Amino acid sequence: MSLSLNDIFLEVDGETHIYPTSLQLAPTGFNILLGTTLAGKTTLMRLMAGLIQPTSGEIHFNGQDVTGVRVQKRNVSMVHQQFINYPNLNVYDNIASPLRLARKARSEVRQRVESVAELLRLGPFLKRRPSELSGGQQQRCAMARALVKDSDLVLLDEPLANLDYKLREELRAELPRLFAMRERTVVYATTEPSEALLLGGYTAAMHEGRVTQFGPTGDIYRHPVDVLTAGVLSDPPINTIPVVKRGEQFCFAEAEGWQAQGSYRGLPDGEYRFGIRPHHVSPATDGNGGMLVEGTVMVAEISGSESMVHFKFRGSPWVSLAPGVHAFEVGQTARFQVDVNHSMLFSNQGELVATMGC
Amino acid sequence: MARIELKALRHSYQPDPKGDQDYALKQVDLVWEDGGAYALLGPSGCGKTTLLNIISGLLRPSEGSVLFDGVEVNDLSPEERQIAQVFQFPVVYDTMSVYDNLAFPLRNRGLPESEIDSRVRAIAEMTDLSDMLQRKASGLTADGKQKISLGRGLVREDVNVIMFDEPLTVIDPHLKWKLRSKLKELHQRVRVTMIYVTHDQTEALTFADKVVVMHDGWVVQEGTPVELFERPRHTFVGHFIGSPGMNLLPCEWADGRARVAGHLVQTAQAMIQPRADAKLELGIRPEFIRFVDAGAAGGLPVDIVNIRDTGRNRIVETDLAGHVVRILVNEGLPIPEGRAHVLFDPAYTQLYADSWIVEAGDQQ
Repeated sequence: MSLSLNDIFLEVDGETHIYPTSLQLAPTGFNILLGTTLAGKTTLMRLMAGLIQPTSGEIHFNGQDVTGVRVQKRNVSMVHQQFINYPNLNVYDNIASPLRLARKARSEVRQRVESVAELLRLGPFLKRRPSELSGGQQQRCAMARALVKDSDLVLLDEPLANLDYKLREELRAELPRLFAMRERTVVYATTEPSEALLLGGYTAAMHEGRVTQFGPTGDIYRHPVDVLTAGVLSDPPINTIPVVKRGEQFCFAEAEGWQAQGSYRGLPDGEYRFGIRPHHVSPATDGNGGMLVEGTVMVAEISGSESMVHFKFRGSPWVSLAPGVHAFEVGQTARFQVDVNHSMLFSNQGELVATMGC
Repeated sequence: MARIELKALRHSYQPDPKGDQDYALKQVDLVWEDGGAYALLGPSGCGKTTLLNIISGLLRPSEGSVLFDGVEVNDLSPEERQIAQVFQFPVVYDTMSVYDNLAFPLRNRGLPESEIDSRVRAIAEMTDLSDMLQRKASGLTADGKQKISLGRGLVREDVNVIMFDEPLTVIDPHLKWKLRSKLKELHQRVRVTMIYVTHDQTEALTFADKVVVMHDGWVVQEGTPVELFERPRHTFVGHFIGSPGMNLLPCEWADGRARVAGHLVQTAQAMIQPRADAKLELGIRPEFIRFVDAGAAGGLPVDIVNIRDTGRNRIVETDLAGHVVRILVNEGLPIPEGRAHVLFDPAYTQLYADSWIVEAGDQQ
């Protein structure tokens, strides 16, 4: 089971929606499309499904060219952000619908519906209409329909976005197990980096119609090719600031600086962009070393276990995310410690030049 | 601005309610101080929207009273209560400019234009709308429109309370934190009482000084984010707040210690005596468990089942004699393989009887 996109390009009314993209999706586990709204995730999925046709390029499935083959002729399931069920059918009939459409024997339908319902914990609700279910159950019903069909390609377009926080957490833990039952290509779109990381597998980071990087999720999180990808993989956003390297020193400006270390030492002098994720920036306490930066606090949010402090550092909005309770007044000047060992260095054009540690 | 008091509030949507099960709100007694930032947090169906509608005057409670600065307002309309509301979907006049949208509530009250102008400009400055005052509201993005809704609430000086009902629902995830922190910043600057209703723990905990957690028509805890995190009074709070939520393990109680699957565990309080027939559970958050060497005092044997990476942490799922115990381990710290030993931090290990925390001096 493998899906590959070869130089897929999509233009609508002279406007580029998907820039030329080549991807060889993983045949097992999750393939995640990660990006903000309008990054092109849904469009790319619709191309994979055959719901829309590319302007140029080819789509291959199991070695066969399926470009131009309509969705009905492909063995594809899709689950959308909005729960889509037949409102007039009960849960059992909803799940059974794709099997009946494929004219499966009644005994097979029963057996498959019951086993999928069991898996998705819908057993007690088979006689209910979708309107009598909670949001989480409705989305489980839609997912059961996608699973029961036993497709080679399953496309999940932000399936958890409309659910309560706790339900999302629960289903996120269940999903990889559900789709691991048999070999099939699973594509999953999300806007949340933490969701991509939790689901594991491979991730394609997307930004404005381009796939900026594709690889094992943990790898592209720790070694993004450029600052855009680092941003897509970071929530709250990655902090960046221009720096200048002169000899052994990195400087934000004349006065402040720190010693170049590790992989940063051999780099040529010049201008760079320094990047650090919020959880590697913490309020400075007396006596801790490392690199200190000073900023003006815009707001501090305390969640009980962590504090998120938004501050302006040399004109750039920065965020610190640290365990514990750190209270600050709006407008206060405060010092933060930056863990340089987890930083990234980008060129002025935004390409990754070096990372420290990770 | 006002201090809001809810006294013995109960509400049923049925004409002739019999028992608790017929009430959407079972019993609510709360005091919200003037100028505070509060959140009402709970899953769908917990009664939070019912409570919101009662405070705003859209719904008359079946029993009990709502007081603003000590005066009962049960019979007052929403207008008379001087409340500003921000809903899930931004409510703006699309054909009007941003300026006119913000000026609307003031013009309605017949304020002189010069005063309106200075108020509108001050509020636009605070909500980052200054650059777009002359633009039509229809051209704005969802977060821009929601800022107008918010600005309209702030522009009036006579508002008693601003209420937010899931205000970030239609905002793009990557913009949510921006609007959220803007709200927090605005509250710190203007200090008007704000009540924020949501099912999202992050939004509630980061916005509010005090969070009211609702479950099944009851208020299960009212506290600061730190209190809810460190000492949940009800297992629902332990479960609902935190990601993953609190680990809850069936246990027994003997001589000031809990016994979990045959192992003795020390808890935050030893001088407690739960009722004999109560269902007992031990609660410990994933953040307060760490790996220790075999043979360490208080160490419990577990098997590592599964590890999931969240980037800055890993969620380690372990098995303790058939019970799932989740542990949060910071990025970079080692995780043993196979059989391991863990220690529950006694300061954060709580005993629950029939879902409620057991503490010294409790009337059991």
